[in-house]
Amino acid sequence: MAHDNSYVDKKFNVVGTRFNRPDGIDKVTGKARYGADASAPGQLVGKVLRSPHAHAQILKINTSKAEKLQGVKSVITFQDLPDLTGGDQGMADILENCMARGRALYDGHAVAAVAAVDEQTAAKALKLIDVKYKKLPHVTDVDEAMLPTAPVIHDRIFTRGVEPKPTKPSNISSRTEMGNGDVDAGFAQADVIIEHSFKTEQTHQGYIEPHACLASVNPDGTSELWVTTQGHFVFRNVCAGLLGLDIAKLKVTSSEIGGGFGGKTHVWVEPIALALSRKANRPVKMVMSRDEVFRATGPTSSTSIDVKLGAKKNGQITAAVAELRYQGGAFPGNWAMLACMTAFACYDIKNNKSIGWDVLVNRPKVAAYRAPSAPMAAFAVESAMDMLAKELRMKAIDVRLKNVAREGTLAPYGPTYGPIGIEDTLKAVKAHPHMRAKLKPNQGRGVACGFWFNIGGQTSTDLNIGVDGTVNLAVGTVDVGGSRSSLAMIAAEELGIDYEDVKANIADTTSLGHNDMTEGSRGTFSSGMATIYAAREAIEVLKQRAAITWGIPVEDVAWEAGHAVATGKGHGNLPKLSLREIAAKSGRTGGPIAGHNEVTADGAGMGFASHICDVEVDPETGRSTIVRYTVVQDAGKAINPDYVEGQFQGGATQGIGWALNEEYIYGADGRLQNPGFLDYRIPVCSDLPFIDTKILEIPNPSHPYGVRGVGETSIVPPLAAVANAIANAAGVRMGHAPMSPPRVLAALDAMENAG
Amino acid sequence: MSKSTLVSTTVNGDAVEFACPTDESLMTALRDRVGLTGVKEGCGTGDCGACSISLDGRLVCSCIVLGVEAEGRTIETVEGLSQNGDLHPLQQNFIDHAALQCGICTPGFLVAAKALLDRNPNPNESEIRYALAGNLCRCTGYDKIVRAVQATAKDMRKKGRS
Ligand code: FES
Ligand code: FES
Repeated sequence: MAHDNSYVDKKFNVVGTRFNRPDGIDKVTGKARYGADASAPGQLVGKVLRSPHAHAQILKINTSKAEKLQGVKSVITFQDLPDLTGGDQGMADILENCMARGRALYDGHAVAAVAAVDEQTAAKALKLIDVKYKKLPHVTDVDEAMLPTAPVIHDRIFTRGVEPKPTKPSNISSRTEMGNGDVDAGFAQADVIIEHSFKTEQTHQGYIEPHACLASVNPDGTSELWVTTQGHFVFRNVCAGLLGLDIAKLKVTSSEIGGGFGGKTHVWVEPIALALSRKANRPVKMVMSRDEVFRATGPTSSTSIDVKLGAKKNGQITAAVAELRYQGGAFPGNWAMLACMTAFACYDIKNNKSIGWDVLVNRPKVAAYRAPSAPMAAFAVESAMDMLAKELRMKAIDVRLKNVAREGTLAPYGPTYGPIGIEDTLKAVKAHPHMRAKLKPNQGRGVACGFWFNIGGQTSTDLNIGVDGTVNLAVGTVDVGGSRSSLAMIAAEELGIDYEDVKANIADTTSLGHNDMTEGSRGTFSSGMATIYAAREAIEVLKQRAAITWGIPVEDVAWEAGHAVATGKGHGNLPKLSLREIAAKSGRTGGPIAGHNEVTADGAGMGFASHICDVEVDPETGRSTIVRYTVVQDAGKAINPDYVEGQFQGGATQGIGWALNEEYIYGADGRLQNPGFLDYRIPVCSDLPFIDTKILEIPNPSHPYGVRGVGETSIVPPLAAVANAIANAAGVRMGHAPMSPPRVLAALDAMENAG
Repeated sequence: MSKSTLVSTTVNGDAVEFACPTDESLMTALRDRVGLTGVKEGCGTGDCGACSISLDGRLVCSCIVLGVEAEGRTIETVEGLSQNGDLHPLQQNFIDHAALQCGICTPGFLVAAKALLDRNPNPNESEIRYALAGNLCRCTGYDKIVRAVQATAKDMRKKGRS
């Protein structure tokens, strides 16, 4: 059945109200089962041996002593994971990242693994594995990795996107260029030009739940995987591909997920757990330690960025250029390309150009982190916007409004915008009482904007109506932030029944068609769309059953507020039938009532936000404290406002952590020095004020309810909002994030010395 | 396998015995041997508070206490919060205020917040923020958590008066 996805303005009964989530009680009582909370009969404990070197050749791995230890049931190296990828380089990279193949590419790279009867035995066995390494030169800094003198990490990598094709391999995997107009002509028209360079350090998603799974592979290839993931269907396909299993025989169940933010979109230990289980013919449970999570899962890129802006005296930007260098760890990524797409997306700048360099270094393979690549680009561009405003003696917000992107603006990455919310968020910021609140000594206020796409993708949803009229909604997108409640609300809205009568569940991979990852803010957007369509199909069935009951043509039946109503001539006196009444008779009118939908959701809307940040800088210590913070974002339509606010607040807080403290610190030896929550400091409760939010609703024209993704944009503006606030509080322009106390203090000292 | 020691404790009001190796954390013993998986592991190094429990009335990170240290002592975990089938007011307010997203940090926050309210029924915002500063939450930005604790303190004071 074809469905129309265009937005229809209507009054909602359930959508947009506040309901408690269906998983709430389990989560406050400790009953909810996460990745590490499952167990199976006869299960073993799996553990990984990791490289202590940033870059080393693996000369020899001797596992014989470990194998002989009592209680050890299987030991694997890369030889137990033969390369079945058949020329698919992307899959080959995933395989090599899961387990080193002859060379360790970063500190923490897996080298071997064991499964044993208990934790203590497994740990002992790891110590008995003898690995002979030959250290190789390494590079961990993005700028250094681009130098012709840098050690080359993969000699198969020749920079894509440059003409002529390079004859020598390098760490630059690709160059991307995009934009519009003629930037040279644009700069020639400018009265004022701002140029500045920025650096951002690598940060981790920092989900509190470490990666964990329970794998079981039978000799006949039937297998099960219980795992904390953002996409169990994708995990199934990847794991089946890497291990040579049949997709249909590998049942993957997603546990409750204790945070992901992009970091649980990739497999890390899951293929290892399956391989250990296959070898031992016993279930194997693996739980990563926090140290392993930091060293060997996928943080976000560290970057180095140059921005140049040119403007007329009236604030009109005539040209903008950004050069963005992003490291993706030891494997090629497209992170700089994403940065190019987002850098100037908030503005209508006729002449703009973004050049991206994707670079390899000896660090873990980068994974998505909430609006991946956008926060760093926004840090640079939005800082430069404030510098430009200062130079022009204009208010920072007015320069932004003067150049803001609108419906009809040609986006730097190609499309022409439909209705978008950036101008509205800026106007809402300008009118917000926060902007007029008095600041105390050493305090400053900063504003910054941010943009993120949201993606649609493949989705499959089932809706089954029970004989008592209650509804099971089976969805395949993992619930990372409360989407089960939003989706149940959508089903209730469509069917015209109470929220309490719908129970949404995340189905395992054997029970539903393929679903892409929950990423790109797509969970509620695309499963929401599929839920609407599945409910509408169920309504068609309900109408048919009513028609049968009444003995009238189905064309004469309408669905209104949870009831079938007879509309045709002569049926006027038929009493309407509720969903519950029709469901009760379903066994006699044709069997179970259900609706299904498989869709590749298109038309995801763009998400824009503007943030206001007040910061107080301690001139003695360089410590910056956030004293007030406001998020204004366009949600298209907030299905469940509580959880939309939660997304805004959580994203802003992650951005604040990145702005002020969080960073990967590598030593000269190429080893990560702070792989723990003590030294990698994420914001704690006492660091923060309440995070104020304002939800704007500019409907997405390509979604029946006007929904836009809301999960990611909120992490984009904070780095620059904080930097701009610090500049206004202390007079120093911080070009290096995080703006930790030592960096701010050094900047203050430099300013003082310069007089 | 390493040698185990028998440990006798009171857990959520019940007498509980378990045997664990001397180098095993109380967190692991509670999760793997007593079956209380509401005690969460976020770091194993005392830095995240997900494994918070009350030990003889004191709030501790159970990952940096040894299982054998629990001998003869009284333990309370998130599983013991709700009584007689009713949710504890903190649990209800966490749900009502949307104070959890992924929920992995929630058991630790509930145990820590209860410890706060037990000793200070009328905390101000900053007392709440400092009392919960040992618990990491990566999803919420703490806003709705603080509000849920404020609301609970208010509810419980009202109830105490009536
Ligand atoms: S697991 Fe105990 S403090 Fe993190
Ligand atoms: S709700 Fe996810 S860590 Fe707190």
